[in-house]
Amino acid sequence: MSDVQGIDIADLNVWFGQGPERVDAVQSVSFTVDKGASVGLVGESGSGKSTILRAITGLAGSWSGSMMVGGEKLGRKRSKAFYNKVQMVFQDPYASLHPRHSVDQVLSETLSLHGLKDIDRRIIKLLDDVGLGTAFRFRYPHQLSGGQRQRVAIARALASEPSILLLDEPTSALDVSVQAEILNLLSDLRDERGLTYLMVSHNLAVVGHLCESVLVMQNGQIVELLSIEDLRAQQASHPYTQQLLKSSLGFVRDVPRQT
Amino acid sequence: MKTLLDVENLSVTFPTRSGSFEAVRGVSFSLGQERLGIVGESGSGKSLTGRAILRLIRPPGKLQATAMRLEGDDLLAMSDRQMRAVRGRRISMVMQDPKFSLNPVMRVGEQIVEAYRQSSGGGRKERKQRALAMLESVAIRDPERVFNAYPHEMSGGMGQRIMIAMMLIPDPRILIADEPTSALDVTVQMQVLNIMDKLVSERGMGLIFISHDLNLVSSFCDRVLIMYAGRVVESCRADQLYDAKHPYTRGLLNSLPRLDAPRDRLAVLKRDPSWREPLAAQIPTSGMPDE
Amino acid sequence: MSVSLGEWLNDESPTSRSQARFSSIYHGWIEFKANRLALLGLIILIVLVLVAAFAPLLSPHDPFEQNLANRLAPLGTDGHVFGTDSLGRDILSRLIYGSRITLYIVGLVALIAPVAGLFIGTVAGYIGGWVDIVLMRFTDIFLAFPRLVLALAFVAALGAGIENAVLAIALTAWPPYARIARAETLSIRRSDYISAVKLQGAGALRIITRHIWPLCIASLVVRITLDMAGIILAAAGLGFLGLGARPPSPEWGAMIAEGRRFILDFWWVATIPGIAIFIVSLAFNLLGDGLRDLLDPKSGGAS
Repeated sequence: MSDVQGIDIADLNVWFGQGPERVDAVQSVSFTVDKGASVGLVGESGSGKSTILRAITGLAGSWSGSMMVGGEKLGRKRSKAFYNKVQMVFQDPYASLHPRHSVDQVLSETLSLHGLKDIDRRIIKLLDDVGLGTAFRFRYPHQLSGGQRQRVAIARALASEPSILLLDEPTSALDVSVQAEILNLLSDLRDERGLTYLMVSHNLAVVGHLCESVLVMQNGQIVELLSIEDLRAQQASHPYTQQLLKSSLGFVRDVPRQT
Repeated sequence: MKTLLDVENLSVTFPTRSGSFEAVRGVSFSLGQERLGIVGESGSGKSLTGRAILRLIRPPGKLQATAMRLEGDDLLAMSDRQMRAVRGRRISMVMQDPKFSLNPVMRVGEQIVEAYRQSSGGGRKERKQRALAMLESVAIRDPERVFNAYPHEMSGGMGQRIMIAMMLIPDPRILIADEPTSALDVTVQMQVLNIMDKLVSERGMGLIFISHDLNLVSSFCDRVLIMYAGRVVESCRADQLYDAKHPYTRGLLNSLPRLDAPRDRLAVLKRDPSWREPLAAQIPTSGMPDE
Repeated sequence: MSVSLGEWLNDESPTSRSQARFSSIYHGWIEFKANRLALLGLIILIVLVLVAAFAPLLSPHDPFEQNLANRLAPLGTDGHVFGTDSLGRDILSRLIYGSRITLYIVGLVALIAPVAGLFIGTVAGYIGGWVDIVLMRFTDIFLAFPRLVLALAFVAALGAGIENAVLAIALTAWPPYARIARAETLSIRRSDYISAVKLQGAGALRIITRHIWPLCIASLVVRITLDMAGIILAAAGLGFLGLGARPPSPEWGAMIAEGRRFILDFWWVATIPGIAIFIVSLAFNLLGDGLRDLLDPKSGGAS
């Protein structure tokens, strides 16, 4: 059995709508993430990879199966204690910050929602941890670049000092140089705090950089579990994974070039 | 090699509260029958360069250039009406998201037929035949069904292939593709690129491929311009992109995570203010194809 | 360590909550100021407020003082710039005192209708399900009646008088606000920043009041200022029909109603308050247009 402090998902189904309009986004998915491990979820848009994260956090439609996360068996509702342990970073930093709330407001509200004291000191510490510094404390989102916004979003997710971070394409909206900064930040934070990561991405190189193993999803199902060594060695058994690996290398011409 | 497009000293400026902001500054290049990639990060001016070629800079933005010639015709001297004739007929543009480029309340087929009607005329029947043939040529398996479908019934990849099909109807000399595949899944992305690639090599078109994806550009294009802060900082053969000289290009390449070369930490790009200044060395304005 | 006020306001990295707030207000003001017409609207309204505040000092006569010997005096008569009405009361003085009533109406309606609409709309939009259905059908019932007719019914039930007129207008004015607030809420509630705050364990009440309201208020404020003209006209309409302000109250609509009898021979009696209503309505519209450019949440905030 896996470590109960991590993530243990068994036979998870997630669906939206009812009757003829029912869409099965995730179908009998099972996987585990050990405490302190980092696992990637890759697949195309609509493959259900983000839906799994949303189901864990209680944001997504109806589900069946069993989910053990952070030592807690999840029911219909999430407890406050659950959100202390599990947090999420969203894909688009331009959409995940309230446009009229300053960095200070975002962080102080988050801290007070978790019932933490000593808010002033914690805000300064959080900003420092994500490499922003206090100069950014009273800025509004429109005064921040994409990378700075994502740092604020990470600071917000870290506010309750969770042990598990769910990362939903945390760098796909960013430029490559900023992506490198955020990926470095994420691996530093993991080392410092012993975080467990479950990261969704469509970019195999990004997943390969941060994670130790990769779950490949297609049409709501997990088709393959790959260790990072196999991924780097381009050794995949499922044809879909092979196709993903091939396209991650760049463009390959179908036919020999004319002229 | 025949030069299709010649751009000299192009700049685009926007007035701001504190003076004017130069989004594109002194960009020069020429395009032959080749795949020219323009890479850069957001705000580097790569998309504006593409739009500027078609003179699609919205006021209060201002476009200036020493020269901008399409097969010898001066694009700067053209009236708005002549420019409209150039857009679509001689230079076509494919945008990032097909959702915003297709008319949502018109069937796909009608839109293609309409494009044919504007470009070449011909009878109704003939136009439909040509539209169906065109859909087939962009690897759409069931052209008849797609012909009668509405844009929202299409997937992203399908929509993008239809857009490319439509852009190619008037047989343009140049196709400008602005991040044409970044909204698509990787597997579909390859399909779309292959179609563009084939059309370009078969028709002898010039392709300007604007993208932020270094990997993709280096494997897909013949030649690459790297833009930073509105300037072209480096220009090189695409297959030699990984040997690029400029520190900015090197920095970008080093910051990419790579499956074949794992690292504990990614190199972080340190921006040097001097990159914003014009290059002392002359950028070669025309590259050689790799044969 | 002396910093000028301008530098303090323009500081890119403010050092306190209040500095950040002032600086964001200041930048909004700079942007607003660039719109000349909106600024004109604001100035007119400020003048209106000042006139109302200092009415006793500004008005040359008692607005209720009758002088039948000098009735229906034309414009420019000595001591009566805008002439006198059918009872010989000074029209200018009545206009000045009437501005108080106009502001009273506008203020009360602006206090009741948008708040009610905001509350109903955001709750319906955020909670959804049967709550949404019940609240929105209730809204539809109100929307289905012509506003003035519904207001007439209320006034008939509650009795004529300025307070009842205001109440009636407010009761008929909220449904559009509820609709707007609900539409905004529907687009906001699925956004990532709402999901993010849910993940901090925030409840529905907190999300609605702290996160959704600030974004809805912008479009509501715009809508209110644009509606103000209509509200003034509705109040004037009720006054004109004799169901709003009672004589001898110098309410502008009631003044027009009085002047109606002499409109052919003594045109100014009805026209002057008409022009006043027109100017104030126009000012609200101009201001609303300016605020719309400034506050539109889709433009990403004042930047």
